[in-house]
Formats: sequence, C-alpha cells, structure tokens
Amino acid sequence: MTGTSPGASTRIRIDAVSKAYVAGKQLVPAIAEVSVTAEPGQFISIVGPSGCGKSSLVMCVAGLVPVTTGRILIDDAVVDRPYTDLGIVFQDAELLDWRTALSNVMLQAEIRRLPAARYRARARELLDAVGLGDFHAKYPNELSGGMRQRVALCRALLHDPGTLLMDEPFGALDALTRDQMNLDLQRMWLERPKTVLFVTHSIEEAVFLSDRVLVMTPRPARLAADIAIDLPRPRRLAVKTTEPFNASVRRIRELFEGMGVLKDDA
Amino acid sequence: MRRLGAAAIEYAPPVLTLAAIVAVWHVVVASGRVPEYLVPAPGDVAGRIVSGWRLFLTHSVPTLTAITGGFFGAILIGLPLSVAMVYSKVFQRTVYPLLVGSQVVPKIALAPIFVVWFGFGMSSKMLMAFLIAFFPVVIAATAGLAATRPQSIMLIRSMGGGIWQEFWAVRWPMALPSIFAGLKVSVTLAVVGAIVGEFVGSDNGLGYLLVLARGAFDSVTIFAVIVWLSVLGLLYYSVVEIAERLLVPGPANRRRPGRDAAKEVTM
Repeated sequence: MTGTSPGASTRIRIDAVSKAYVAGKQLVPAIAEVSVTAEPGQFISIVGPSGCGKSSLVMCVAGLVPVTTGRILIDDAVVDRPYTDLGIVFQDAELLDWRTALSNVMLQAEIRRLPAARYRARARELLDAVGLGDFHAKYPNELSGGMRQRVALCRALLHDPGTLLMDEPFGALDALTRDQMNLDLQRMWLERPKTVLFVTHSIEEAVFLSDRVLVMTPRPARLAADIAIDLPRPRRLAVKTTEPFNASVRRIRELFEGMGVLKDDA
Repeated sequence: MRRLGAAAIEYAPPVLTLAAIVAVWHVVVASGRVPEYLVPAPGDVAGRIVSGWRLFLTHSVPTLTAITGGFFGAILIGLPLSVAMVYSKVFQRTVYPLLVGSQVVPKIALAPIFVVWFGFGMSSKMLMAFLIAFFPVVIAATAGLAATRPQSIMLIRSMGGGIWQEFWAVRWPMALPSIFAGLKVSVTLAVVGAIVGEFVGSDNGLGYLLVLARGAFDSVTIFAVIVWLSVLGLLYYSVVEIAERLLVPGPANRRRPGRDAAKEVTM
C-alpha cells in the first residue's frame, strides 16, 4: 500500500460508499452513501439495527467485499483489494479447531511470513495479557466463548496493525464476560493506539469504548448521527452510572426511537 | 496400565460378541442339523487356514496389489479432482453431475468388459478396485473442502494470504477428517472390486481361490478364504486409521466423524 509503517494508526476515509448485494434477480441495497472519516488512533463504534449493513461497511473497509459506488481510502490510498495492515475480529472467534490457542495466534505471523521466534514471544505476551497464560496449549473446543474471543483478539493484534476492525466481537458473550472484554480491549488499545472500527448492537458498549459513535439507520444503512463521546480515559465500569455517560446513551436511544427502530410505548 | 484397561473396555464388547457368534456357529454345526458341505465347523475352517496359510499368502499378493493399486489410484485421481471442483465452478458444474449420474451404472457389471479390454492380467483387477473405490473419495473430499466458512477465507486474505496459503492453512486441514471418512469407506470397497475382478477372470489371487474351491464344492476352503479376506480388509482399514491418526492435526475428537457431523448440524 502506501508508506505506512506497521503500528502507526491509519486514517480511514469512507467516501460516499454504497453497497448493494444481488439476491436472486434483485439488487438489495445494504449501504447508502455513507461518508465518514476516522482520524488516526480513534476508537469508533458503529451501532445500528440488526442487518442494517454495519458489517458490510467494515468488510468494505477491509477490502474483503468490493464497494458498489464510492471509495474507501486508508492513508490516502484507495482500497481495492484486501487491505493487510489490519487485524480483524469476527463475531465467531473463527479459530481453527486443530490449532492450539498459541498456534491460532501465530497463524497471523505464519501467513505474513514474520519471524516465528520473535512473534511467538509476543503471542505469549498477548495471551498472558488477556489472562490466558495457562491456556496456550489448549484447543478451541477446550475454551469458553470468552476465551476463544480473547484468542481471536490476540491474533488480530499480533502484528501490531494500524487498524483494528471488530464485527460484533462480544455479541455472543454473557454480560460479565463482555464487561471484562471491554476493559481488556480498552487497556490494550491505550497501550498501543490504533484506529478501531467496532460494530456492535449494544449502545452502552459503544459509548463505553468509543471516541465517536456512528449511529446508522435501518437498511440500507445511512449515517444518522456521529456522536462524540468526551469521557476521560481510562474509563472504568463505574462511568456507566455517571450522567454524561447516560446522556450519550439516552441520545442514541432517542435517535433509534425517532427512526422507529425502538418503540418505547409499553 | 490404565491405557491397557481402556483398550480392553473399548474392544471387549465386539470381541465377546464375535466369540459368541462363533460359539453358536460351532454348536449348531456340531449338533449335526446343518450338513458340513453347507456350513463347515469353525474349527475346520481355522484348521484349513493353519494348514493352507502358505497358499493363501501366495494368492494374497496379487489381490493386495490390486487393492493397493485401485485404492491409491482413487486417492491420486480423486483428491485433485475434488480440489479442481471446489476451486472451479465451471469444472464442478461440468463434472459433478456426470460423476453422480455415473453411479447408477452398476460398476461390477463392467468387470467382463475390462477383461475383454485389458486381458486377464493385473490391470483389469486394479481398474475394478479403482472404479468402486473412487466415488467415496471424491464425494467426501469435495464436501470437506467446500465446507470452509467464508470468514476463515476472509481472515487469511486480510493477513495477505493468497489462494495457496488459504488452501494449506485452512481448507486442507479442515477437510482432512472428512477425507479420511471417505478413505475408510473407499478401502473396504477396493477389496470388493479386486475380488470381483478376480472372479471374472484370473489365474491367481484370493478371488481365484474362491472360484476354484466352489468348483470343488470345498466349502471349508471357501469359508477359510472369506475369513482370510476379512482379516486382510481389517488390516488395510487399520493402516488407513493409523495414517489418519498421524496426518489429521488437532485434538483426538476431530477424528470422530460422528462428532464432527453433529457439530456441523448444531452450528
């Protein structure tokens, strides 16, 4: 790509991007004219109703799915093939069943042909950092859902990418595990800042983690609002009971009510 | 010691069942209700194997050669064909329906024409074994290779991996349990193919021994050859299982196709 060195956060420009899928004989629009720029090092969440096209947007940014119109630029270079200075975490951990936790993290280094010895040490550090120190040699079927997702996070961070894309990574986890994952993610992101696009269903999670929350409309996804979250970091779980936090959550919820996505009329 | 105990627990039920069947067989024959020329006593059959093992072994060589040739031919042609079908939609749409459709041809019925084409030598037997062993390899390998989740492919792509790395890092290891399930079916069918080939026309091999014994109404030898053949089949099957243990990476339960299939369904 361009002259970005790994580890330097990227600027992501989503420029009038639309995406439509062919379903049978019809063209189904998923994203309609979304324009937004993620500044280097920003943590940006994307919230929206189920199936609105949030995931498609992230896949377009990764260059894994082509845009229909518009363009994606990362550090001023157009993304027209899989962009590789990034880490991805999917909703399902997408671990390979026949590899141990450590070996799954090392997949990142193997495919990129990075020096094994050095990255194995880093993989161990990362696994230790998310509390999986004793689970290096375990296979995915011996790990809980939260542990598997931690392994996936370590794999995405192994090569210290400038961009981290997360597609509803904690959606399948229980509330406590989810809180812990949010804290771990924030800590790791503060230690090594990178530009993050984080897709989630949870408004609280988005507000807790993000510098900005992008609120999307129902399908086809448009940008309804771009809300800055000005809470000091590092944020602790207690922030969730503060007025500024709740004001942001309320504002986003009202936006969804305005769209008819939430009907609070019980 | 514990391992020995576990093995005993695993193998005891089938071994005991087999012993019970042989015992009932012995009692029925010994009671004199079944004439010896129809069903010989198990002791006589065992005696024939002991006295004739040299002959059986000599005739095992061509049969094993046919089984091995047919089985490895099925692997060498079946696996690349599956890979081609998974990667080329056009190829798959051209070949797969023909392949499935061709299964309605009773392959055993082709044995006589193979003899006409290739003579009484080894090639007609190998071809028969190959033809029967081929289909399960292709079906299992194609299903296994096509089962890769699109996200897994995307993951490799985002790491800068190309089609080659995608294949060796994800598709192939993911398909291996399924491929071995196919190979296990295939190897037992290869035995059938080799024997049928020998029935139709040959002057050696265990199938030939069976034809000879039938001509002499020697049911003791017929039973002895059947037992011998079953042992050979079991040995070959075990070789495939050992290969599976060595070649399929990951935790042991990946190698239990039943569990794998159950997982596929629940996902």
